[in-house]
Amino acid sequence: MRDVFITGIGQVPVGEHWEVSLRSLAARAMLAALHQAEGLRPQALFVGNLLAPVLSHQANLAALLIDNAGLDGIEGHLVEAGEASGAAALHSAFLAIASGWVESALVVGVEKVTDYIGSGVELALAETEDADYETAQGLTLSGLAGLVMQRYLHEYGVERQALGVFPTLMHANAVHNPNAMFRKAIRREAYAKAEMISDPVNLFDMAPYADGAAAVLLSSRAAIPAGFAQPLVRISGSALVTDRLALHDRADPLAFDAARLSVERACRMAGILPGEVNLFELSDTFSIYAALSLEAAGFAPTGRAAQLAEQGEFALNGRMPINTLGGMKARGNPIGAAGVYQVLEAVLQLRGQAGANQIAHAQRALVQMLAGPASTAVTHVLERVS
Amino acid sequence: MEVPRHWRLKQQRYALVGEVCPHCEGKIFPPRDVCPHCGGEAKTPYTFSGKGTVYSYTIMHDAPAGYDENVPYTVALVKLEEGPMVTAQLTDLDEQGVQIGMPVEMVTRRIRQDGDERGLLVYGYKFRPMIAGAR
Ligand SMILES: [Zn+2]
Repeated sequence: MRDVFITGIGQVPVGEHWEVSLRSLAARAMLAALHQAEGLRPQALFVGNLLAPVLSHQANLAALLIDNAGLDGIEGHLVEAGEASGAAALHSAFLAIASGWVESALVVGVEKVTDYIGSGVELALAETEDADYETAQGLTLSGLAGLVMQRYLHEYGVERQALGVFPTLMHANAVHNPNAMFRKAIRREAYAKAEMISDPVNLFDMAPYADGAAAVLLSSRAAIPAGFAQPLVRISGSALVTDRLALHDRADPLAFDAARLSVERACRMAGILPGEVNLFELSDTFSIYAALSLEAAGFAPTGRAAQLAEQGEFALNGRMPINTLGGMKARGNPIGAAGVYQVLEAVLQLRGQAGANQIAHAQRALVQMLAGPASTAVTHVLERVS
Repeated sequence: MEVPRHWRLKQQRYALVGEVCPHCEGKIFPPRDVCPHCGGEAKTPYTFSGKGTVYSYTIMHDAPAGYDENVPYTVALVKLEEGPMVTAQLTDLDEQGVQIGMPVEMVTRRIRQDGDERGLLVYGYKFRPMIAGAR
């Protein structure tokens, strides 16, 4: 396998882009990533998207985005893995470079949720569950998170309010991220009073769905010209693991086995232990998933993630900073694009370009995106090349 | 509307018919093509008793289209006495509400009404609190 490097990144701010179409959102991120890459051109595009066929009535997305961005004729793939679509597209692009199939591959995650008004977005997202046996019972993604959270509180004797530490942390981290949807800190009192969505999941436990597009260009060593200006970041580990799709089919719904295994495999590939990274970009689509991701990765004992977060362990100046630019909760959750935003934010940290939230001497990052309650988990290890 | 799909699922939805594995006798619900216990092919029907306990639950305040007539409603993971777990709405709850570990039994109720195209009604399993002493 060949080494794979990130040679360009581009993003649009996450939010409600009423005036921008699906294809233009994607093009802005794609062109920004290519602009950084000093003339490197991709031979393949990998698109991460979940909802375009339902909400925008647009399928065949790879051909459309290649066409619209003027990349005529290159190979194109759409990768769909629920909310982990963007991360899965990155994994596919990684394989394309590592295997020697192409020298450069562009990954774009794009989601356009504001083309549709009403409860249709929730229903479309619920299609990522088992349609016959979960969605059919009136269960949404927030409902799934409610089932997981209720059991978690019961099994480990955790107070519901304890999980408020995660959205509070995310909002604090987003204040200095110009591409974040919410750049305002929140108080714990606001969390305590927030309205219920899928009790015990409240409004603050749930990352807001929004429009967004983010792109990264991957290249082989051979493709990178001498004197390349951007600091190089290497993808040293990449793993995609699936679990039983329906929560009710898992022996232990709190185990998040796919999350654990993908961390183990990505770190083994990178030749490191999880504790040897300087930051962890995780999937906080719901507060409870942030807790379970930390526990599955081994950064907290089972049932104790919120307690450690309360002690500051996962803050910017803590032992293992998480979601350093606000995560899904405060940067916003652009669904199929979310996994690419995470990687892009980790690249900013490793390049030393993260501004006020820069983690000092960041050398390695662990990045993980989940679909729902970890039915698919995609984990990458990124490493600064000195 | 997806009439063939509802027709195909009616045995599972009305009568909680799953499977018993011919190789290891594991009970399976919902039905699947390969036994999760032994990896053998599974296709022998088995009707579940419909009795179980609540493993977890959530109260849905934000319903998707087609499910809004009963908001708020409770969806639970029910651990069936034969072993498998099933996702289902709870019904007939009194003011005591729901607790994890609460015994429940299956009933057939209306699950969903489609507003579009003649408003197809979808019926299927829900679970209600077991009446004390009925076991
Ligand atoms: Zn078997």
